[in-house]
Order: sequence, then C-alpha cells, then structure tokens
Amino acid sequence: MKTPLRLFAMLAVLLVVTVGVSLTLGRYPVSLADLFRFLAYRLFGWGEMSPDACRLFQSLFFDIRLPRILAAALIGASLSVAGGTFQAMFVNPLVSPGLLGVLAGASFGAALSMILFENWLAVQLGTFMFGFLAVLIALLIARIHKGQATLLLVLGGVISGALFTSLLSIIKYLADPSNQLPAITHWLMGGLSLVDHRTLLLVGIPQLLAILVMILFSGYLNALSMGDDEAKALGVPVERIRLLLIFLATLMSALTVVAAGMIGWVGLIIPHAARMLVGPDNKILVAACAFIGAIYLILVDDVSRLLFSVEIPIGIATSLIGIPFFALILKKAPKGWN
Amino acid sequence: MELTPLIQVAGLSFGYSAKTVLKDIDLSIAAGEVVTLLGPNGSGKSTLIKLLLGLLTPARGAVFFKGRDLRRWNPRSLAGEIAYVPQVHTCTFPYKVRDVVLMGRIPHKTFFFHYSRSDQVLADSALDRLSVAHLAECAYTEVSGGERQLTLIARALAQGAKTFFMDEPASGLDYGNQLRLLDQIVKLSRQGYTFVKSTHAPEHALWIADRAVMIKNGVIVANGPCDDVITAENLQDLYNAKVSVLNNGRFRACVPQTICGCMEIAREKERKQAHA
Repeated sequence: MKTPLRLFAMLAVLLVVTVGVSLTLGRYPVSLADLFRFLAYRLFGWGEMSPDACRLFQSLFFDIRLPRILAAALIGASLSVAGGTFQAMFVNPLVSPGLLGVLAGASFGAALSMILFENWLAVQLGTFMFGFLAVLIALLIARIHKGQATLLLVLGGVISGALFTSLLSIIKYLADPSNQLPAITHWLMGGLSLVDHRTLLLVGIPQLLAILVMILFSGYLNALSMGDDEAKALGVPVERIRLLLIFLATLMSALTVVAAGMIGWVGLIIPHAARMLVGPDNKILVAACAFIGAIYLILVDDVSRLLFSVEIPIGIATSLIGIPFFALILKKAPKGWN
Repeated sequence: MELTPLIQVAGLSFGYSAKTVLKDIDLSIAAGEVVTLLGPNGSGKSTLIKLLLGLLTPARGAVFFKGRDLRRWNPRSLAGEIAYVPQVHTCTFPYKVRDVVLMGRIPHKTFFFHYSRSDQVLADSALDRLSVAHLAECAYTEVSGGERQLTLIARALAQGAKTFFMDEPASGLDYGNQLRLLDQIVKLSRQGYTFVKSTHAPEHALWIADRAVMIKNGVIVANGPCDDVITAENLQDLYNAKVSVLNNGRFRACVPQTICGCMEIAREKERKQAHA
C-alpha cells in the first residue's frame, strides 16, 4: 500500500459521485446539470430558478431520493464492515455478518411483529430486539461449553440461526396467506422503498457511529486473527474486544434488517473485493470495506429500481450479482487468503 | 556467578478439567539464561510455557516475574517484558511480513492506535537484526517456515521484550533452518535476552542451552546444567528409549542404542513404572 490516504480520498470522491449520479436516476427524468443548478441556487443563491421548479427538485432530491440513497450507503457499509471484521476475528474468509444468527433472529422478529402489530415502529423494534436475542443465545451456548472460544461461538451461531429460521417457518405457516404471508415474504427479500427521513435518522445514526468505532478498533484485528493466545501475549484484551466487536456488528446488522429487510451476500463478497484492492491488512481493509460496500449497495439499489418497470427486491439483486462474483473470486482465492 | 532470579515458579499446579497436567512445579530462571524444557509428548511442557506467559491461570501456586505475581501484572506492560514466539504456523490472511512484526508494537499503543513512523523503523530494524529485512514486503504466508519463525522472533524483538518463550521453535524447520535458528538464539542470548524454550531434540539443548529441565507426567524429574542433566540414563528414563550421548570433542549428540525392539523396551519400562 503506497499511501492509504490517497486511496481513501479516491474512494470518498467515488462515493460522492455515486451519490450524485444516483440522485438523478429514477422515474422522473432529471440531469446532473439540473442537480448542480438546484444545489447552486439552494446553497449559494447562484443562478435563477422558479419557485415551482425549486420545490419540485427539493422534494425529489431531498425527500424522496436522498434518504433512500443514504440508507443504501449505510446498509452496504454496515454489512461490509461487519463481514470484514467477522472474517478477521473468526479467522475464516467464508464468514458473513449473519454468522451469529443476527439476520435469522431479526427476520423472525420482523415476521412475528408483522403478525402481532399494525404499528410500523413496533415491527422495527421487534426486528431489532430479536436480532440481538439471537446473538445473545449464540453467546450463551458458547459460554456453556469449554474450549476454543471462536469455534464455540460459530457453533452457537449455527444453532441460534437454525432455531430462528425454523421459528420463522412456523410464523409463515401460521400467517394469513392472503395478506400477511406475502408481506412477510416480500419484506424478507429486502427493499429500500420504505425508507423515509425518520427511518434514516433512527437507523442511520447508530449505524454510522458503529461503523466509525469498528474502524477505530480495526487495528486489533490483525492480532486477533493470529489466534487468542498470540493476541493475549501481545497484550490485547481479547475477550473484551471480541465482545465489543460482536456487539457493534450485531447492532449494525440488525439495523440493516430494520431498514430494508434481508440483504444477503454483501457482507461476504465486499470484504473479498476490498482485500483484492487494498490487501489483507485490517487497519486499512475495514475502512475500505465501508466505502466500497456503500458504493456497491447504492449501485445495486439503482439497478433494482431502474432495470425493470417493477422494482426488483434488492436482496434478490445482491444475490444474483454476488453469486457469480463469488464464484469468480474463489478461483483467485490463494491471492486474497490462504 | 550469582544470577538474580527473573522468573520464579513456586508450588505450581495446573489441570484441564479433572486431569492434572502439572504438579508442584518449582523453578527459577535467571536473566540471560537459555533454558530448555525437555519431555515426552503430553508431559506438560506447552502448558508450563502458557502458565509462564500468564495465558493460563495456575490452580495452585504462582508464577512470579521480576518478583511480582503474573496475575498482578497489567497484560499490556507484561507484553513489553515477555514475548511469546509460537510454533511456526501459517495464518489465514497473507499479511505482509512487516505487518506481522508491527503487531509487536501493540502493547506500546494507546486504546485506538496508529502505527507511527518510529514503529515502522523498529519493525524494520528487528527484521534487519535477524538478517531478513529483504522479506518485509513479502506475504507471511508465502515465505519459508524458517523465515516465518524468524519473523515471529522479529515480532518479539519489536515488542521490546527481553524474555522470550518459545514452544518447540525448531519443529517444522528443515535441518539448516534449525541450526540457523539456534544461531540466532545464541546471538540474542549473548546480548542479554532470556530464553525459555521447549524442544523434542535433546541436542538443541546440549548445543546452545545453559540448563535443561526435564518434565515427565507433569513433574520436574531433572533440572540442571545441560551437560549434567542430559545423560544416557536420564534420557532413557525420560523417553523410555535406549540412547547414548556421544561426544565428538566440540559437540555432544544423542544416538539410539537400538531401533529394533524400541516398542518392546518402552512397553517394558512403562509396565515397571506402573508397578512402582
């Protein structure tokens, strides 16, 4: 790595450009020039614009498109950062953010709350809480037994994930097939169409904070990936840091389900793509994951909104793009990891 | 010459679940010593090293480093004093050799850290001391086993520790790399570094160590200068194999008295020990 600073400046510019271009994409046709004209007029009072046009652009850019784009960016960044961190911490490049059951738990929580409550906020709360509960169960299962901590956590996650997946099946089976079941199924395919200002604030701010703290702690990941004994002998408080990182990853991942349902594959493939770009050093990798994941999910969301006259659920789009990508990079595997 | 004890082990016992691994270990190690732990598989060598590093907590007794119980040391400041050089391993991610050495600077960093220019210089000079500076940019997963072991020693140097614990450092290395590893240990011990290492090759103790500690079934069965302790009789008791110790004038080496019938000899000895 020559200069990480230059790399991050480039990624930041790329992110801003992606956000800008995505603002102009959609059913209602506007050009980049319109966006610049509007921003110049609104921010600095430059140029001229009719009050009608100004109001139209205001609602189009700020009320409709921007929340969705920012949510996509934060969700992409969250899943990628959580995935990259888990891959280093569990010393396994095939691990994704759902490892400890958070996504399965949150999905069950969403489905259960959709049946029980009419209120959308209650559904979001239920989603979030069951995401945490699933990880808590995984941690407790790992705590019962003695042995290699990371392996036990993985097994705890498998058990907890399986539990909530089967509970989800029960909910689906019991749900009213005329309206509840389609709503649940559609939600689990993932989608950003329901994101508004309130959701963005509620979900985005904790996600952003969690991402920043994860990046601050990413320097410990290299040592953690050498195994517990080595990390401890280097003075790293292994248990405490691991618990903190699991907490943050759970927070971020559960919030992605709260905002947009199940979005798979991002947390698995983006860390690989980032590793190919910046190398395996986690001090740089985790931050790079945040940028690349944000850019990637904005682009996939653009595709899922625009490709067909009907919106494709974003979870399906990420899988369809992710699977061939993963098959391709598996061939390159020895370069990225051993 | 009277050496001040650096590490003092007093009445140390340890067990995994119900099984006792180490019983009433007393041991003292002076600064600058090279101490080799010898013992058959499962005798408790690795466990003792982990206890000396504070990675395991004793069931009874205690380990004192510089006169203070390990449990009362702050892990971060302890890591600035003692370093763990594990058995050669590959890691999953192909970190650069320099990045692996830089991990040694972690104990000197604050909570959120960033490696400074001087950390980089320390890492590079540690590699240089071991004559592997040219590997800095290589992937740790792609260099040879001997080079990986040297990288791990460089990390211990960058850590700033003066006491190194090595768990079978020569295992997995080819013959030439084993000798070069011993060379580095000798050089560093002349500069005042203390080494506690375990090995399955009694020769390695004879060639470079000041002292050998023999462990069998969790107890120390012999402890003293290598030339006194590593004798045919002790080796036969330790490993249940008939071995002679020969001397070519400069170095001593262990040579089996027989290969055929080794199995039977070991079984016979085990039966006698079980009776006793």
